[in-house]
Amino acid sequence: MKTLLVGECRDGRLLEHSYELFGFASQLGAETAMVLVGNEGALPSYGGTVYLADAAKYGEYNPDLHKLLVQAAVEREKPDYVVFMHTSYGWDLAPRVAALLKAPQVSEVVALAEGGFERPCCSQKMRQVVKPVGAPVVVTLQGGAFPALVPGGMPQKQPLEAEGEARSEFLGYEAAVRKGVDLTRAEIIVSAGRGVGKKENLPVIAELARVLGGEVGASRPVVDSGWMEAGAQVGVTGQTVSPKLYVACGISGAIQHLAGMKKSGFIVAINKDKDAPIGEVADVLVVADVMQFVPALTAKLAK
Amino acid sequence: MKILVCVKQVPDMESRFRPDADGVWYAETDLAFRVNEYDEYAIEQAVLLKEQLGGEPEITLLCVGPDRVVEAIKKGLAMGADRAVHVRDQASHLKDPFQIASIIAAYAKGEGFDLIFTGMQSLDRGSSQVGVGIAEMLGYPCATTVVGFEYADGTVTVKRELEGGVKGTVRLKTPALVTCQLGLNQPRYPTLPNIMKAKKKEVSVIPVEQLLQQDARLVMAQFRAPAKKGGGVVLEGDVADQVDRLIGILKDKTAVLR
Repeated sequence: MKTLLVGECRDGRLLEHSYELFGFASQLGAETAMVLVGNEGALPSYGGTVYLADAAKYGEYNPDLHKLLVQAAVEREKPDYVVFMHTSYGWDLAPRVAALLKAPQVSEVVALAEGGFERPCCSQKMRQVVKPVGAPVVVTLQGGAFPALVPGGMPQKQPLEAEGEARSEFLGYEAAVRKGVDLTRAEIIVSAGRGVGKKENLPVIAELARVLGGEVGASRPVVDSGWMEAGAQVGVTGQTVSPKLYVACGISGAIQHLAGMKKSGFIVAINKDKDAPIGEVADVLVVADVMQFVPALTAKLAK
Repeated sequence: MKILVCVKQVPDMESRFRPDADGVWYAETDLAFRVNEYDEYAIEQAVLLKEQLGGEPEITLLCVGPDRVVEAIKKGLAMGADRAVHVRDQASHLKDPFQIASIIAAYAKGEGFDLIFTGMQSLDRGSSQVGVGIAEMLGYPCATTVVGFEYADGTVTVKRELEGGVKGTVRLKTPALVTCQLGLNQPRYPTLPNIMKAKKKEVSVIPVEQLLQQDARLVMAQFRAPAKKGGGVVLEGDVADQVDRLIGILKDKTAVLR
């Protein structure tokens, strides 16, 4: 069995999560080759074949040409699986490659299953097993689901070229806006999620943070709704934090949020929904309405 | 200008999910359905663009699904779409993302849409494949995970959300498709007059058989709850009691309570 792993570069560097692709191939017991649009300095620590296309020529984001480059590598390697990370690069490019190859695609795989793959559904609350029909199979992997594996060695480079029309123009990256508190240094964080109900309820969360001597964070919906500044957002698109205590108030636990806080020392989640995915990482799950429980907790702690 | 917005109706994610009779997807009993959250941003962006262009564009809303999806269609029309297409399919939950994209592309082909908006994924299936799939089948350029959108003279400039708070700016020429990420805009609540007006808007029904020409590439084998990782304590019951138990645990297990 053969896998073609699609690595990912940003700003000329190989993104670390690309090594999770090797972790997946290892669990599958499959041979590997990698395809990468990057440069000499971005090569993985890996002794196998790397099909390398020049990012200076093709751009780091140029899906119309990247899909053709991956297709060219597929033609040479003839893999059973073409594997991406389920990232802004992977979920953008994988369906284009699948369309080109007329191949099935399984998105955001978290585990191998008999005859197929296990993937999350219903906002990470449930799991689905799907079996692809046809070959090769395009797969994207949920970040963190397969432990990173660094094979080591010097790659055997194979230059890769493709010709085609680029229909989108990449104008550049925009750095993250960092305003407000640096949550990465906080020892205690109390975060507000959608379960807080409305902006007017936020002082209740801030008060608990004050009594605990911590900072206030937020989940994505709270920031998207304009209740709090983007600088307070915890998660893949915000800050990645690891305080001694993380209190998630009314946060259901989208994978993007969990990835940003699951390394916290101790996690308390307060949620009405006993089955919310936050329960998977919480040391304590308090099944309650945030607006009833948090004021009661604050009052008791303040005594 | 012709705009297409694709929406899906999904269950409330706070629901308790149980497998259906075949054990391959959720049973619909006791579930409340609503417009997929990502798609609300897609509808809003289309309506904002229509307003920007003085009301000239015509917005068609498309929804694939069984009879219950008329509620999602009503909401989209009340938010400002002009007309709707209901691709009626009692078994849409068994179609794979490739088939759903094929169905929508089969409808859109020949309609000459200048812009297509979709959500970046659905809350229930979450494949992130349908939007890109439609674009590939129609031969449209496409940008995904959009958190910023501007349009001028046939050119779309979007900001894509990448990891770590970084954004990537991308420019496309219409016809084009964009998939919308949460936070792109502030989806409006339909007003009562607009809800009333929406009742008079045209909804065409197309049986899915007329548009489906493809076999599935994925077989749904099982639907179940994740294996519990365990270790966590669950506190239920009376609030005062929960507070006491939590403080006890924090004193035992952490050094943060002085």
